[in-house]
Amino acid sequence: MKKLILTIMIAALSYGILSAQDNQTKAQLPSVSVKTLDGKTIKASEFSNEGKPFVICFWATWCKPCMMELNAMAELYDDWQEETGIKIYAVSIDDARTCPKVKPLVSGSDWSFEVILDQNSELKRALGVNNPPHTFIVNEKGEIVWQHVGYAPGDEETLIEIYKKVVKQEEIK
Amino acid sequence: MKKILLAIFLITGSFNGFSQDIFGGKVTGNFQMDFQASKEDTIIGAEKVNEKALMNAFTNILYTNGDFSAGMRFEAYLNPILGFDPQYKGAGLAYRFASYKKDYLEITAGNYYEQFGNGLIFRSYEERNLGLDNAMDGLKIIARPIEGLAIKGIIGKQRYYWEDIWASDDFGLVRGLDAEISLNSLIKSIETSPFQISFGGSFVSVYEKAEDRFIIDQTTGDIFKVNTPENIASGAARMQISYKAFNLNAEYAKKGQDPNAVNGYIFHEGEAAYLSLGYAAKGLGINISAKRIDNMSSKSRRNETGNMLNVNYLPALTRQHAYSLFAMYPYATQVNGEMGIQADVIYKLKKNTFLGGNYGTDLKLNYSRAMSIDQEFVALNPALNYEGTDGYTSSFFKVGDEIYFEELNFELSKKISNTYKLSLMYSYQTFNPIAIGHPGEEFIYANIFAADLTQRLAKKSSLRYELQLLLTEQNYGELAAGNWIQGTIEYNLGGKFFAAVSDQWNYGKENGEKVHYYNFSVGYTHKTSRIQLSYGKQREGIICIGGVCRMVPASNGLFATITSSF
Repeated sequence: MKKLILTIMIAALSYGILSAQDNQTKAQLPSVSVKTLDGKTIKASEFSNEGKPFVICFWATWCKPCMMELNAMAELYDDWQEETGIKIYAVSIDDARTCPKVKPLVSGSDWSFEVILDQNSELKRALGVNNPPHTFIVNEKGEIVWQHVGYAPGDEETLIEIYKKVVKQEEIK
Repeated sequence: MKKILLAIFLITGSFNGFSQDIFGGKVTGNFQMDFQASKEDTIIGAEKVNEKALMNAFTNILYTNGDFSAGMRFEAYLNPILGFDPQYKGAGLAYRFASYKKDYLEITAGNYYEQFGNGLIFRSYEERNLGLDNAMDGLKIIARPIEGLAIKGIIGKQRYYWEDIWASDDFGLVRGLDAEISLNSLIKSIETSPFQISFGGSFVSVYEKAEDRFIIDQTTGDIFKVNTPENIASGAARMQISYKAFNLNAEYAKKGQDPNAVNGYIFHEGEAAYLSLGYAAKGLGINISAKRIDNMSSKSRRNETGNMLNVNYLPALTRQHAYSLFAMYPYATQVNGEMGIQADVIYKLKKNTFLGGNYGTDLKLNYSRAMSIDQEFVALNPALNYEGTDGYTSSFFKVGDEIYFEELNFELSKKISNTYKLSLMYSYQTFNPIAIGHPGEEFIYANIFAADLTQRLAKKSSLRYELQLLLTEQNYGELAAGNWIQGTIEYNLGGKFFAAVSDQWNYGKENGEKVHYYNFSVGYTHKTSRIQLSYGKQREGIICIGGVCRMVPASNGLFATITSSF
């Protein structure tokens, strides 16, 4: 009986969460401390793009879809920047095991994103990220206006379309 | 219990029904539910499960209002899915905290996660999908009095399934201090210098009530009492230097006498050293890491073995593989003693060159090797074993003569055209079964191959084909079951829907059996919610995330996962 009640509750809760997504209000980036590649501490609430919207991508060196996503975006990044002024924060959740690989991977792959280290997953937890890849668009006021989990080829095109809408301050569905 | 559940249900329900604005603050969180129904399958060794369905679920609810935040996690394991410790059975609030940040001070009461340096002496973290959670329960203070200086203080006990850790003397108290200075942030005149230097130091003490341990000399009948220390201290110092394209990260840690169940109750002091050197230029990245671990298991309960109550974190210096056959023989750090090295080279062949082609080519080379440490055992009274003695002495720079793991792997990724992307990977692995607790078994030598081709179809849909092959001469049972081949085809539509079919075929088993582990899965993603259903067979094996591994028993049946962030 107890199990049944619990199962119903969890099912109802998940339904509530799923259905509530469309009318959610906008959360701000938390003031969680993370590190830059040269060891400096920076707060997530200080992420910015000269008054323009920006993108946050959670990834890890061991995550295959993350590599596909970042490589696909890296290829288009110069064009995107020229066209829209986009900035991408690539937040690595690699822990002490794989963290030393982040810097060589970033430079070896010739990525020009802002790479951030979240070694003990503090920011990942604060933003409710389950698994990488998980992508956010943050508007010029620092509010999270769009997010997406997972990566499939072509998702980068959806991202830039939505980003352009955020720049124009259009309604995001 | 039921009342708490109801309260959470109502609270979260009301958040969803109206708005996420509560008294001016914001509510965010996430949710995951895993559901498994497995039936008996004697061929793959899937055991009979008494329950029709197994379920793990958790939800995090986080409330933030300016400088204040509070959160909780509700977890339910009814019953835990296969591979999770049965002690997880149950449901309740496993994690709750309140935190306040003001100017330079941050105070957290309740549960928290934290890490000092590389984690050699302290790391509190979770790997939810592995059932691993050593959350602290207590108090944490972080002070940043001036820019470039951070001081952390922690005190508390660690989570142990659903036990009431504060009610029992059986769970040790963990206390720690850490300070880190970033010179370039501290001294403004060198802020943009090409030399970037930071260093830090930490101290951790674990208190656990002494217990009377006696050992009997089997030949004379003499009884010896072992004085177990109540306070076990460890300290570490670290630095990180970068100069232009070069960087160096080093940490050294020392631990006092800590006779415990993992090291066989010896009094030998613990030691760990870690060094990493890197070079990063446009299109070329190199990293070389080395470490030495000597008797560094640190738990907040001296009689504990296994994955819980870890105070520190000692990850393996080996590549973490994403392809399943490459991860067939995963290596985990030997906490009682290991010397390891690893090298990575990442190189990009430029586009519009002969070798790079139209789009450039990415090359990755990785080598790793883990060896035993040198050990000179103390004179032994065979009747007493080593318990209660120093156990052994070890020379710092001398490598032991037993090899635990060695791997050389190479990966090439290339965009061929706007339609095709190809990855090729090869690995040669040498695996000593003693690393996963099987001493005396024959070493495993394996050649492993993978090819992975992604094909873009019409806009935003794609197909992915993956083929893997593992070839090994070793074929003596569950551990080394000869050759494997795996094929996968995956279809993606608009980043929302996917369907995949795969078969992992163990075609060269010693007893002549040819076992297929087929699997069908479909998934649907809507923004931050994802549902995935799979049906098929799961091989018995080890799943590793972030350097920690868990045994997954064989299963045959349905598996569903729902995740959501809100």
